[in-house]
Amino acid sequence: MHVPLIVYVVVITALAFDFTNGFHDTANAMATSIATGALKPKVAVSISGVLNVLGAFLSVKVASTISSGIVDESKFQVSSGPYIVFGALVGAIVWNLLTWFLGLPSSSSHALFGGLIGATWIAVGGSAVHFGTLLDKVIIPALFSPLVAGLAAVAATYLAYTINRRTKPETVTRGFRAGQTVSASLVSLAHGTNDAQKTMGVITLTFIVAGIQPKGSSPFWWVILCCGLAIGTGTYLGGWRIIRTLGKGITDVESPQGFAAETSAAAAILASSHLGFALSTTQVCSGAVIGSGVGKRLAKVRWNTAGRMALAWLFTLPAAAVVGAGAGKLAAGGAFGTIIVAVVAVAVAVGVYLAARRNPVTADNVNDPGPAATLLPATAGV
Amino acid sequence: MINWADFGKVFIATVVAAVLLVTLFSVGVIGLSQQTTAREKGGSGTAPFAAAVICFAACVAIVGYGIYLIVAK
Repeated sequence: MHVPLIVYVVVITALAFDFTNGFHDTANAMATSIATGALKPKVAVSISGVLNVLGAFLSVKVASTISSGIVDESKFQVSSGPYIVFGALVGAIVWNLLTWFLGLPSSSSHALFGGLIGATWIAVGGSAVHFGTLLDKVIIPALFSPLVAGLAAVAATYLAYTINRRTKPETVTRGFRAGQTVSASLVSLAHGTNDAQKTMGVITLTFIVAGIQPKGSSPFWWVILCCGLAIGTGTYLGGWRIIRTLGKGITDVESPQGFAAETSAAAAILASSHLGFALSTTQVCSGAVIGSGVGKRLAKVRWNTAGRMALAWLFTLPAAAVVGAGAGKLAAGGAFGTIIVAVVAVAVAVGVYLAARRNPVTADNVNDPGPAATLLPATAGV
Repeated sequence: MINWADFGKVFIATVVAAVLLVTLFSVGVIGLSQQTTAREKGGSGTAPFAAAVICFAACVAIVGYGIYLIVAK
């Protein structure tokens, strides 16, 4: 059977997105463990990588919808669908790379949703975008996610310090460090079961639209394998810039705070995926770290870093949508357009990579203070 | 529209789980610390150690339930 070029391109791009998703989100699980010294940086990202691969295999109930109903995928045709998905992926990747460069944790799912909305709107029309669902599934949860985990972390941190106020500090530090290895692993595993699925869904949807797989079928085994490995490799390589922001940039995390933050994040992620109110992992984890700073008496929370983060969250969806729309439109113009988009995307990736190398953040200097990079010198003094 | 009931459930479950786990763990850490203190004073410290073990076991059980939720989803 004839497989159009765009299908191959989508598979490769989807795996690239999965990779960026992995290194973007390592920080969620591991930033505070690395900051408190509970885990050595390389050990932390190795554990997280393995658990993400494992998570990909644990749960393969890929939803037949990749956007949770935000865009109407039934309107995707073989002539338009793969291009929409390609545009969406390019939009999400570009946004993920930019926020990584700035060291800002932002939701990879929101970037993907944004890309999908933009690309669908241009290709199919505004009627295929369900704005009500967008409000329910993205905007409202985005407001509540950091709040839920943040308040839990405030309470948990306050209790941890109050209960242990007469205990020897060394015992407390050592005890909670040990606890952190478990709580951080739990967040990683939960992440793997959620996020690797998204890419499997993207690839499988494309295969269905292109007629390679029948409707409603589950992903091929090699798709599961590749997605697991892509997100695992990304996680292992570690988004050190974002790890530094979450671990050192918001507040100086001590091990009881780290334990409280990770526990709150894990509880929020599990509760939301189990009880059906979708929360964003990234925002849950960031909110929990802020909460752990608020919950400790006299701890300093750098609200301007938190503010920059919130600003990035605000822009994630629209920015990815604009790039996704442009990329999807251009790619749909034929093989030449597709190649141009691919080349531009690779050029952006290389550009960001080279720019990041001028001020690298690695496993060795991840715990040094200071922002990874900043656009505005005025906000550099955090 | 916003499903306040679902949101409430998630919110309460999150806070309760986090607070419970951190409290148990903190008490466990106190137990370990008191065991050390008791030993330094020539005692056995069995009671605080036992309390610590119970607390950590409860934490493990809660984490196990968490893993069950992830796998069984």
